[in-house]
Amino acid sequence: MKAQEIKKDFPLLLKRDIAYLDSGATSQRPIQVIKAIEEFYEKENANPHRGSYELSVEATEEYENTRAKIAKFINAKHTEEVIFTKNATESLNLIAYSYGMDNLKKDDEVVISIMEHHSNLVPWQKITKATGSKLKYMYINKNFEISDEEIENKITDKTKIVGITHVSNVLGTINNVKKIIECAHKKGAIVVVDASQSIPHMKIDVQDLDADFLVFSGHKMLAPLGVGVLYGKKEILDKMTPFLMGGEMIEYVYEQETTFAPLPYKFEAGTQNVEGVVGLGAAIDYIEKIGYNQIQELEDEIVSYAKQELSKLDYLTLYITPNSKNHSSVISFNIKGVHPHDVASILDSEGVCIRSGNHCVQPLMRFLDIDSTCRASFYFYNTKEDVDRLVHALNKTYEMFKKYINK
Amino acid sequence: MEDLNNIYNDLIMEHSMNSYNKKKLNKCDLCEMGNNPNCGDEIEIQLKLNGDKIEDMAFTGHGCAISQASTSIMIDTLKGKTIEEAREIIKTFIEMIKRETTDEEELKKLEDAIAFRNISNMPARVKCALLAWHTVEDMINKTEK
Repeated sequence: MKAQEIKKDFPLLLKRDIAYLDSGATSQRPIQVIKAIEEFYEKENANPHRGSYELSVEATEEYENTRAKIAKFINAKHTEEVIFTKNATESLNLIAYSYGMDNLKKDDEVVISIMEHHSNLVPWQKITKATGSKLKYMYINKNFEISDEEIENKITDKTKIVGITHVSNVLGTINNVKKIIECAHKKGAIVVVDASQSIPHMKIDVQDLDADFLVFSGHKMLAPLGVGVLYGKKEILDKMTPFLMGGEMIEYVYEQETTFAPLPYKFEAGTQNVEGVVGLGAAIDYIEKIGYNQIQELEDEIVSYAKQELSKLDYLTLYITPNSKNHSSVISFNIKGVHPHDVASILDSEGVCIRSGNHCVQPLMRFLDIDSTCRASFYFYNTKEDVDRLVHALNKTYEMFKKYINK
Repeated sequence: MEDLNNIYNDLIMEHSMNSYNKKKLNKCDLCEMGNNPNCGDEIEIQLKLNGDKIEDMAFTGHGCAISQASTSIMIDTLKGKTIEEAREIIKTFIEMIKRETTDEEELKKLEDAIAFRNISNMPARVKCALLAWHTVEDMINKTEK
């Protein structure tokens, strides 16, 4: 299957004459996902778990079937290890507040990487400050990678929690999560993996990784906005206190006391985003139909073409690791002397959608001694033509600016 | 594309890349930092007063071409004006960007800063053009307290 044929499944890409290179922020949706949501509202909409009538039972089934589908998709041991949230950010906050707050003591350490998204960083700042524990960072080397040495130096007997992004949303570096988890487990620490930037592109097997927690957002992997997943090992989730309180997550409520529902419901307070969950189920069906092998093949072709063409532009600085096997589908760059916002505006006028700014990773930007970057992020529906449009628009931007740069 | 060429014109490009207003003053009466955390733009504006007149102004910091040029051109416009005149000019500039005024007579007092009138066609960049102006508005308001 060619990317050109895949594009036919994406109505927005057919209707708008754009090169969409911002899938790292949110992906586009295939017609199969859009139709699944439409169908849910036309045929099955009811509040799951509440009504005692057939329609509600069907809505509940749809919701729970998707949970089982996701558990299988990420190879979780138990279905109830999959908790629905609104996005990766909420999943990470849930872990920080429910697990972190109860398990961290004074002088314990939380270790995260310098390339964490603010969502896997700011909650840990808050929790370490509240518990008197310390927040430490694993830094990257000149290849934009975390070395084995750095992992072994930073994860110590004092470490209780390690937070790591599987793939950097700016550098595209694929972190050696397996090594980090092995190292953390040897020291008795648990590991939280942020898979937001990896699961759209590569097979995730939580048992093979031996991840204690793993989170992702649906909208970066073809599903609707507003639905996310928290995976956690059952034995850990069972011991945790609920994060949000309210309906559906309780057993008995008295005037002064409450007992909580078992997994997974104790972490799903209130009416859930069933439409989002149904859409996520359809997105997983779509990914499985294409297959991760095919997705990676298509992406490898497009990303290596992009790297090859962008490397030819000597006015660009690229922020990618030279080890292509450790690099995913994100390419950050700057035109020397031109601010990324200006680049993005001019690219936009050429129908090329990229992101510019600090990408919710201010500490990484500071570490790299830059303010911001331009970021092109690719998905399997992108074509060589999209890359050509990017290169053409970059040349145009440089032409506009070059007589003023460093005059 | 037309909007783009209107914005990225010679005047704006010169001011953004090679501004003579980008420096530190030896002495200043008012000094304030303006920033857009979303884009990481940071500018520091210095202002020297002589009575109620703005005798000198300068800026340092970093940001996109639009925020840098808007800062530099604003300094050209405000230098030599009284605080009261500056307040009026800032108000007019903000109204122009928000398309609340199109009165040509009114807009004349903006001098070169009128070059930013088409920025309202690029909503994503409005806050870049306004950063310096809001910062000086703040500085002036503080002199009253």
